[in-house]
Amino acid sequence: MATLSFTPNLLRHVPTPSARIAGATVHQVLDNYFQGNPEVRTYVLDDQGMVREHVTIFVNQEMIRDRHGLTDQVNEHDEIFVMQALSGG
Amino acid sequence: MSDRLLVGTRKGLFSIERHASGRWHIGQHWFAGDPVSMLLGHDQNPRYLAALDLGHFGVKLHRSNDAGTSWSEIPTPAYPAKPDELEDKDPVRGVDIPWNTRLIWSLESGATPDELWCGTIPGGLFYSRDGGDNWELNRSLWDDPRRGKWMGGGYDFAGIHSILVDPRDPRHVTLGVSVGGVWTTRDAGHNWQLLGKGLRNVYMPPELAEDPVSQDAHRIVQCPGRPERLWMQHHNGIFRSDDAGENWQELVDVPPSSFGFAVAVHPGEPDTAWFVPATKDEKRFPVDARLVVTRTLDGGKNFDILQRGLPDESAYDLVYRHGLDVSRDGERLAMGSTTGSLWISEDQGDSWQLVSSHLPPVLCVRFT
Repeated sequence: MATLSFTPNLLRHVPTPSARIAGATVHQVLDNYFQGNPEVRTYVLDDQGMVREHVTIFVNQEMIRDRHGLTDQVNEHDEIFVMQALSGG
Repeated sequence: MSDRLLVGTRKGLFSIERHASGRWHIGQHWFAGDPVSMLLGHDQNPRYLAALDLGHFGVKLHRSNDAGTSWSEIPTPAYPAKPDELEDKDPVRGVDIPWNTRLIWSLESGATPDELWCGTIPGGLFYSRDGGDNWELNRSLWDDPRRGKWMGGGYDFAGIHSILVDPRDPRHVTLGVSVGGVWTTRDAGHNWQLLGKGLRNVYMPPELAEDPVSQDAHRIVQCPGRPERLWMQHHNGIFRSDDAGENWQELVDVPPSSFGFAVAVHPGEPDTAWFVPATKDEKRFPVDARLVVTRTLDGGKNFDILQRGLPDESAYDLVYRHGLDVSRDGERLAMGSTTGSLWISEDQGDSWQLVSSHLPPVLCVRFT
């Protein structure tokens, strides 16, 4: 199972406990996480199920490539980070 | 009489309370740091709604059932999945219109407090029959091919900023769209009619100046005591309708300017309305840096320029479209600016009390 964790900036709005989650793709991992934490979904994904424009997801040190389908593969012991994209100055 | 004002700002939601002395002061501060783009409150109902624009993390909607003592997040109106083959582009820039709630720009109650209408950018109208627990996109308007001519104005995409629910018949709802004209339904949203005869713009080619779908209504308000009477602050001036938006009459030569965003109408006196003029149109600050409110008491034949209690020195406050409100008895007015100033009048605008000049930029004000 991969470890999923979130930017601490989200904690001001919604609880986002880190968790070890099963899944072969980022989509599967997030879906499984949202089943137990449904209130987190709309903070990460938009109405169309895409990663929000100013949110980014890393698998280990690599930013995911498929922000729409979230098909990037996840392996056992991977670490997934949901981050707030830098913007502004 | 309304003794509480709600103020949505760039940095949270404030309550402004009236002290027995007659002074108004800052009370509660909710959602500190988060932009509150729209709010809904009512003096006969402790339910409040606050729409947050969290930027990175999207639009969120919160509800209080106890006048702000406690809040909880409720579902945000969300767009359905966009069909892959569908082309839905902004007509000006040719870019895809996002099927995502970018901003909650208007919130109004329907026949009962549980019935809610919500207008959004990029132009979707949502309806809830259960106080906001569930929302449904109004497909007949969203799927109307005439929406293809809506375009962004101040924002990248078109949006619904004014929702007028006829107090005599809540199935009759009228919308103001920027930029997309005036739309009305007589059957609770099943069918929509585009209105606007007499409106005029100067930002389109001359042959399209009266095209109803290209009209940029900045804000439309309805007189509850005579719902046929609408007032509009339009990008190109001030307009009045005496037949619920079918026909409009332009009021010209309104001093010091007929440009602005905000308008309020007296709830019981349809000929009484207030505006906050600015310099047209890219400058967007008070004419000669003198902040004033204009008021007509006779349906627009004459306008008073009101400035008692407003700044004597140069002021660059812009009052945005939801930054002006009138109390249900028509006596009190509240006005908040993009530079964080807030004023209240208790005499229909004759004089103004400065509540604060240090608030965050004000996005919306509402008496409760």
